[in-house]
Amino acid sequence: MSSPAEAGSSYDGLRIRALNKSFASFHAVKELDLDVPRGSFFALLGPSGCGKTTTLRMVAGLEAPTSGTITLAGQDITDKKPYQRPVNTVFQNYALFPHLDIFENVAFGLRRRKVSGVEAKVKDMLELVELEAQARKKPAQLSGGQQQRVALARALINEPEVLLLDEPLGALDLKLRRAMQIEIKRIQTEVGLTFIHVTHDQEEAMTMADTVAVMNAGVIEQMGTPSELYENPASTFVANFLGQSNLIEGTVQSSGSDVVTVDMHGIGVTIPAHRAHTDGGKGWIGIRPEKVLIGAAGAELDAPGNTIPGGVVSDVSFFGVSTQYLVKMPWGQELMVFAQNTGRDPIFRTGESVELSWRPEYAFLLDHAQDVKAGAEEAS
Amino acid sequence: MAESRVAAPADSGRRRGLTAYVLMAPAVIVLGLFFVIPFYSLVAASLYDPGGSDKAGWDVTYHFANYWEAIKLYKGQLLRSLLYGGAATLICLVLGYVLAYAIAFKSGRWKSLLLVLVIVPFFTSFLVRTLSWQLILADDGWVVDALQFVHILGQDDKLLATDFAVIMGLAYNFLPFMVLPLFASIDKIDPRLIEASSDLYSNPITGFFKVTWPLSLPGVVSGTLLTFIPATGDYINAELLGNTETTVIGKVIQLQATNANHPHIAAALSMILMFLIVAMVLVYVRRVGTEELL
Ligand SMILES: Nc1ncnc2c1ncn2[C@@H]1O[C@H](COP(=O)(O)OP(=O)(O)OP(=O)(O)O)[C@@H](O)[C@H]1O
Ligand SMILES: [Mg+2]
Repeated sequence: MSSPAEAGSSYDGLRIRALNKSFASFHAVKELDLDVPRGSFFALLGPSGCGKTTTLRMVAGLEAPTSGTITLAGQDITDKKPYQRPVNTVFQNYALFPHLDIFENVAFGLRRRKVSGVEAKVKDMLELVELEAQARKKPAQLSGGQQQRVALARALINEPEVLLLDEPLGALDLKLRRAMQIEIKRIQTEVGLTFIHVTHDQEEAMTMADTVAVMNAGVIEQMGTPSELYENPASTFVANFLGQSNLIEGTVQSSGSDVVTVDMHGIGVTIPAHRAHTDGGKGWIGIRPEKVLIGAAGAELDAPGNTIPGGVVSDVSFFGVSTQYLVKMPWGQELMVFAQNTGRDPIFRTGESVELSWRPEYAFLLDHAQDVKAGAEEAS
Repeated sequence: MAESRVAAPADSGRRRGLTAYVLMAPAVIVLGLFFVIPFYSLVAASLYDPGGSDKAGWDVTYHFANYWEAIKLYKGQLLRSLLYGGAATLICLVLGYVLAYAIAFKSGRWKSLLLVLVIVPFFTSFLVRTLSWQLILADDGWVVDALQFVHILGQDDKLLATDFAVIMGLAYNFLPFMVLPLFASIDKIDPRLIEASSDLYSNPITGFFKVTWPLSLPGVVSGTLLTFIPATGDYINAELLGNTETTVIGKVIQLQATNANHPHIAAALSMILMFLIVAMVLVYVRRVGTEELL
């Protein structure tokens, strides 16, 4: 990535360079580099305990980094106190002030900064989050979803350069979660501030964010748009944590400037060079289950390139819109296949012989040194 | 709620009422025996005919003039008691708040030990502890010597037998009554609320007055009441650490009731002290608005 010398340059978003945080002997955040463009909806996604909250707390100033720099709109804020930073947080547990009513909770930041026109601003904000009627209630009298909106309003009203949201939807049930995701996205588009949204729910990150950074064990594994991450994961962790992947062992035979050819248990498969994330030797060939086509043995499949014969269906789960197959391959591995129920193909039964195929441009190649199961258990 | 009440069999409500009476009975009996009856006899005694004596007996004559008599004779001691109690409470509040705050938020794994240390003085008698203050503050004791040496006290100044000694003795003796309720309140405050306030542009001082202090008010109210009420009625400290000019109302009541054979004055003074304290507490609680607090 960019060199540390760039830190503090004219970049107008949030820039984190070589950030480290150690608690006693435990290294929670390691050499973290991050650029969050101004006005973007950025998601920090990772399993529990990977250091998301710690990273956010360092940006908010609630935790002092062990080393590294944080700059915001070109200004170094690494050593600024939390109350001196143009950053506000929506806390995971909301942390609403129980002794103040909703109106005063939302007005809190404005009053501390002695801003004028507090009344009107708070009223507008309560309108935005649809809580005008609750203005004089205490937080304890509100439902979880309402409290969540108060927490959002209380942070948002200060129009911070960066709004940090630490799993703000964690405590809500699924239906309310979906509704609030849409709500938060709508508000972000409306106010145009930079949002950093922390979550361990990959679906939430993918549906809400412009850019997703996948974090694991204190480091950023990969960063990009949701579709980039999903379509072209660069590590086994990302491949397993975001959706599901079939990862098959293979040996690189030749790597050209356009394609890499890999020997997969005796079958030659090709992978576009920009999707190959390993230098040679052995690797993991990855393919998403919905990109794999399934057909009766010997049938013509619409997939020029990689056809793998000799599979036997070992499990069938019918979901209505799709059917999920487990197919036992000649080398003993079970591959997962999602087939859309278009009605064109028959539904195969357990024990039937099938062959699989996929278009080369959908496959990716990962470093064999990585754990093939990384991220599979943490995925929600 | 309403539905379940309708659906319940008619007599289950009655049985529930009976259970409530049975459960309340011990409290009612104890309070009746040990509070209502003595209180009644105190009220009665305050209205005795001042002409009575132990030999002639005492009659309840509704002699309200006892109250004016008591106030006229002892208003100085009444006022002094309230001032001593107030000053000691204030000192306890400042010292106790800092202590309770430190124990709640900054003591880490020493929390329980420090709390025990706060209560440890209770393991020895109140009287013995106050007597040992006599030794500490004595005119030829090391404290006075040291203070004279650094010229904080003049050669003829002293600590024992002064207002200062009485107030410090009260503050010392009642400090735990302040610290414990304060600790209970402060310890319950979620530190994340304080982080939230600093995230919302409060420096540590504003954060304290806007978040920590209001959330600790229940502890402040109970702590000040638990300190002020007994400190105002106490006379041991004035007796052991004060002089003849520091007599407080508790002492007067004791003398009038036992030695001077004036039970009507003692009872009237007790009633007056009680009225004063109840009135002050009501005003105070109303001002602080504890019913609004969580
Ligand atoms: N104050 C602390 N002292 C010691 N270790 C800590 C402290 N705070 C966090 N950690 C450790 O640092 C690691 C990262 O914690 P963090 O809270 O950032 O995780 P997270 O990614 O937010 O997880 P979650 O999704 O569960 O909230 C954890 O292993 C945690 O135990
Ligand atoms: Mg967290």
